[in-house]
Amino acid sequence: MDIKVDGATAFAATGGRAFDPSLPVTVFVHGAAFDHTVWKLQARYFAWNGGSVLAVDLPGHGRSEGPPRPTIPAMADWLVALMDAAEVGEANLVGHSMGALVAMDAAARHGTRVRKLALLGAAPAIPVNDLLLGRSAEDDHHALELLTGWGYGRRAHYGVHKMPGIWMTGGGLRTLERAAPGVLHNDLVATNAYEGGEAAAATVACPTLVLIGARDLMTPAKRGHALAGMLPHSTTVVIPQAGHIMLDEEPDATLDALKDFLID
Amino acid sequence: MADPLAFKRDTLSLHAGQKPDPTTGARAVPIYQTTSYVFDDTEQAASLFNLERAGHIYTRISNPTVAVLEERVAALEGGVGAVCTASGQAALHLAVATLMDAGAHIVSSASIYGGSHNLFTHTLPRFGIETSFVHPRDTEGFRQAIRAETRLVFGETLGNPGLEIMDMPAVAAIAHEAGIPLMIDSTFATPCLFRPIEHGCDIVMHSATKFLGGHGVAIGGVIVDAGILDWEASGKFPTLTEPYLGYHGIDFAEEFGPAAFIARARAEGLRDFGACMSPTNAFHILQGVESLPVRMARHVENARKIVAFLDGHDAVSWVSYPELPSHPDHERAQILLPQGSGAIFCFGVKGGREAGRAFIEAVELLSHLANVGDAKSLVIHPASTTHQQMDAAALEAAGVGEDMVRLSIGLEDAEDLIADLERGLRAAARAAKGR
Repeated sequence: MDIKVDGATAFAATGGRAFDPSLPVTVFVHGAAFDHTVWKLQARYFAWNGGSVLAVDLPGHGRSEGPPRPTIPAMADWLVALMDAAEVGEANLVGHSMGALVAMDAAARHGTRVRKLALLGAAPAIPVNDLLLGRSAEDDHHALELLTGWGYGRRAHYGVHKMPGIWMTGGGLRTLERAAPGVLHNDLVATNAYEGGEAAAATVACPTLVLIGARDLMTPAKRGHALAGMLPHSTTVVIPQAGHIMLDEEPDATLDALKDFLID
Repeated sequence: MADPLAFKRDTLSLHAGQKPDPTTGARAVPIYQTTSYVFDDTEQAASLFNLERAGHIYTRISNPTVAVLEERVAALEGGVGAVCTASGQAALHLAVATLMDAGAHIVSSASIYGGSHNLFTHTLPRFGIETSFVHPRDTEGFRQAIRAETRLVFGETLGNPGLEIMDMPAVAAIAHEAGIPLMIDSTFATPCLFRPIEHGCDIVMHSATKFLGGHGVAIGGVIVDAGILDWEASGKFPTLTEPYLGYHGIDFAEEFGPAAFIARARAEGLRDFGACMSPTNAFHILQGVESLPVRMARHVENARKIVAFLDGHDAVSWVSYPELPSHPDHERAQILLPQGSGAIFCFGVKGGREAGRAFIEAVELLSHLANVGDAKSLVIHPASTTHQQMDAAALEAAGVGEDMVRLSIGLEDAEDLIADLERGLRAAARAAKGR
């Protein structure tokens, strides 16, 4: 659905059902240069099983207007503004990679708005490889290829998607290609520059799930465990064999972890 | 794709879409010869039916063996996903039915497989879908033929039977300016010789019966979704961008993004039209795909030797093969098909229809039948078989003459093939003198 946020039209997918803020709301936040479609299966589950869903497109991503926000805190503020516009008082926040930093920052600074927090492919800080940053600055397609190659775990390069007939890395690459010029670089710079992770983690008051891909090359498992150790109320789930994009690589394991944690 | 961890083509041919069977450790892809799949519990069953979880429900919609082939072809073509079908014709129909409704219009190359031509000309009009044909070399003709209601531009990598090579990047750009997809039947080229998606194509189809399977034992088809066209921005494809009441109001473009087309093709097309591939056929075709790069190299190597033999032979009036300087698309072939222009080509037998008949009846090693892309070499007379439904004008438009013989060169020793062809040409020459 379209929502006006800060004067621009923002888009949030609702999992195939009309949004109802009176139900338990779960807000999904995608990673760098991705969009709401990365949550297709998980979003549908929460929308059709007693809850309501906002799988957002961050500004300048997917179907949302406006320039991409330049910092993680600015993205987090936009996320809370979107919740205001959608008349959502309190929600579960689920974020992946850059989106996990956004969700964590929002939970740290707007604690009353977050019921539970789930962080996928997250770490206290996510330094970005210099080659990837450089190629993204030039809007070089190679940046997307690097992100696909490192983002998907080794096993995912054989495919075997849970959705029959879907070629996993091909789908990931095409989703990234849909981002407008400059969006990936904006996101990588924002992610690379974010230094507030440790302080934010220590401030998060709500229960938090840290979901780790055991074969994650971009936020290695040990960094995920380190983040869990900084969070006051954390639960950790490790998905064996999964890489950084575990929500696509292992959609069922991801969903199981999310529903076990988020649904009381 | 320069993904640093991506496997190369030859590796994908063997491994894409498969892990050793987790239960038995079987290295080969098992044939999951089952119609249906046991649910874990009622919640999982409900989630599967509502696309909250992914998995197999019923083999008409998906099957583990077929899914390996689908992923493998999608990987080789560089797409986001694929759907296998009962035949190549089922693949073409599935794509058309997924994209458009009655009242729509198709712009197609005039030089296409006779069965596809028949579908467009005689069958789809019964369902309210009209087709305009354009010569594949008439790039601007494609633009001029597009109407407000056009929903697809269609062609073949190597036209049938003249091996015309359209200016695919230019035709793709014309289609995209109109907000519609370019679909390419790449059966003759396979992803080993040409990857249409890299040249602007949005949907690739194959008759998997041909080179992909490669051994003439299984009928099948496949469509691959490039995942590039923005259906929402186009605004011409409500089947992909509007809620579908047949599936709980799902909006495929909104929920599946770049995989919208292929998701609808499966969720609606296989479910409702039902032209699925059998697991056993998928297994047979997978055996072919595993050796596809090696076989295609040999097919092309043999074809080049045969072309060299025929070109200039006293009993041969012409040879049409894009690697020959005499072919009108020779330059384009060098640019688009540097790995080879395939192993299917035509030549003319001096003496017309009777000489052609004598040739076909005299060859022994080459099999006279209505197929191409087999490991064994094949021969046919298109005007009396594959294109016999077309009237004289359509035959002329498609470049099919009465003296035309089509060869599909296999993997035999080229010297044996040349000896067999020489036998046929001697018979043709005798027939020509006896006229």
